[in-house]
Amino acid sequence: MRAPSDDDSTGLPWPRSWRGVYGLVLGVFLGWVLLLSLLTRLFP
Amino acid sequence: MNALDYSILFGSMLAIALYAIWSTRGSRDLSGYLKGSGQTRWFTIGLSVMATQASAITFLSTPGQGYEDGLGFVQNYFGAPLALILISAVFVPLYRRLKVYTAYEYLGHRFDPKTRLLGAGLFLVQRGLGAGITIYAPAIVLSTVMGWRLDATIVCSGLLVVAYTVAGGCDAVSLTQKYQIGVIFAGMVAAFFVLLSKLPAGLTATDALAVAGGFHKLQAVDFSPSMDRRYTVWSGVLGGMFLALSYFGTDQSQVQRYLSGSSVRESRLGLMFNAVFKIPMQFFILLLGVLIFVFYQFERPPVFFNRAAWSAQVARSSDGRLQALDSAFSEAHAAERAQVEAWVRARHAGDARGEAAAREAAGDAHKRVDLVRAQTRAALDAASPGTKANDSDYVFITFILDQLPHGLIGLLVTAFFAAALSSKAGELNALGSTTTVDIYRHVVRTGASDAHYVTASKVFTALWGFVAIGFALFANLAENLIQAVNILGSIFYGVVLGLFLVAFFLKRVGGTAVFWAAIVAQALVFGLYATLSISYLWYNLIGCAACMAIAVVLQAVLPPSRRGSPATVS
Repeated sequence: MRAPSDDDSTGLPWPRSWRGVYGLVLGVFLGWVLLLSLLTRLFP
Repeated sequence: MNALDYSILFGSMLAIALYAIWSTRGSRDLSGYLKGSGQTRWFTIGLSVMATQASAITFLSTPGQGYEDGLGFVQNYFGAPLALILISAVFVPLYRRLKVYTAYEYLGHRFDPKTRLLGAGLFLVQRGLGAGITIYAPAIVLSTVMGWRLDATIVCSGLLVVAYTVAGGCDAVSLTQKYQIGVIFAGMVAAFFVLLSKLPAGLTATDALAVAGGFHKLQAVDFSPSMDRRYTVWSGVLGGMFLALSYFGTDQSQVQRYLSGSSVRESRLGLMFNAVFKIPMQFFILLLGVLIFVFYQFERPPVFFNRAAWSAQVARSSDGRLQALDSAFSEAHAAERAQVEAWVRARHAGDARGEAAAREAAGDAHKRVDLVRAQTRAALDAASPGTKANDSDYVFITFILDQLPHGLIGLLVTAFFAAALSSKAGELNALGSTTTVDIYRHVVRTGASDAHYVTASKVFTALWGFVAIGFALFANLAENLIQAVNILGSIFYGVVLGLFLVAFFLKRVGGTAVFWAAIVAQALVFGLYATLSISYLWYNLIGCAACMAIAVVLQAVLPPSRRGSPATVS
């Protein structure tokens, strides 16, 4: 048996695929790392 | 605390518990009791997962950590989003397809009964030890500060959580956690705004951040490759990811939360909610501590934040040393405050040279303040060996009691208890479920009715609750033990995760190979822990990698296992 496909609908208006959701979460994570790096550099 | 604060505390805690008992009344089968009605939506799951992880110590101690060490601790959570994505994509569909009650039942499907028992046993030992801490740690801080009896605080809060967890099972836990986390967020946001309003007039947000940065409190990320440093981006991403994978993916207290969802979709979205909000939540709590530090640059803080311990020692000592240290602290703080004010004035005047000079002078003055605090801790420890010399757990509660108005004090103390009860409930629910499903139903009493197992689950949940209360009452815990239990988690979690990753991804490896690999890997981790001094987060990675590698090697010399199991990832 296969695990349910990652392309199954998320039921959200956007993103509609799980790959999209995971991409969005990764983007938010990278955004936080960037912001925290900026904070570290701006107020050393 | 006055009558208003107490009425908020008792009123809200009792109302939430009684509402949960009332709304989950009626008989249910085992699935309903252990996994809930199956109607839980993603938002409730998300809050429930968050509430289970965030204990009272998260909200009591983390601001203190921000106060002392700044934002660096936030890196510990960098691995969480990555781990939650993996759990959502791989773990959740498998658990739900096999309709398991516990994560360890899955190991039985994939391997054999002994591996299932090993996984369940490791969880029960580790989580059973931690259960006492969850009640004890906030109780010791709050009872000390409030002057309450420690034993009464432990017993009352312990019995309340046992009552609604036993009565309502998984649904009661999710329901109470939703309201409890609401109280927690309301309290923390209120404290944040009061703190901002208490900063000196004319001090802008940028000034506050500049002052915090000048004392190295805003070093949020550290890309150093050193393994000796406790918090770096790398230990956070790699070690933190393995810790989060193990905790969210294999610890029944979390697995039970998202298995209560009505579908794979609800479970996944609940986890993604945490993947998005975990880092900002921790950042916000640490920032609160950093801003309390800035606030205390302009307001004299106590020389030792655990005032009860301080007052007791002052009353006992006759040589005047502690009073002398208190006076020295006042002088050192006044000198530091003068330099910080000069620094801010120079900033506002655009005098870069004056600003740099004042900042350096403030740094030197701060060293003097830190020296006096260190001398005070040493004096307290010498006067009464065993006194908890680290007072950072008391920073936030001291600020609350000294600076917040009545009503908000009650809200914040309620928030701490809500956090303690919500994580405790998740733990008890999971301990009761695992003992019933993986030990009692699987080994001791097979083939009994659903009603019998529901009763057994209630009994085991209550027993674990009483064990936790007893542990908290009779163990004289100090900070070292609390830290030891956290480290113990990292020491066990890696190997448990290794068991599950072998189960998911290494189809050729069978139960016997992974069982012995887990035991050898666990011994290896114990040995390394005894000999190396590296950040404890790395043991998650080491334990997991060792378990997987040894399992592969052992399988090469053992008879082949069955392949293509529905319990593996295709």
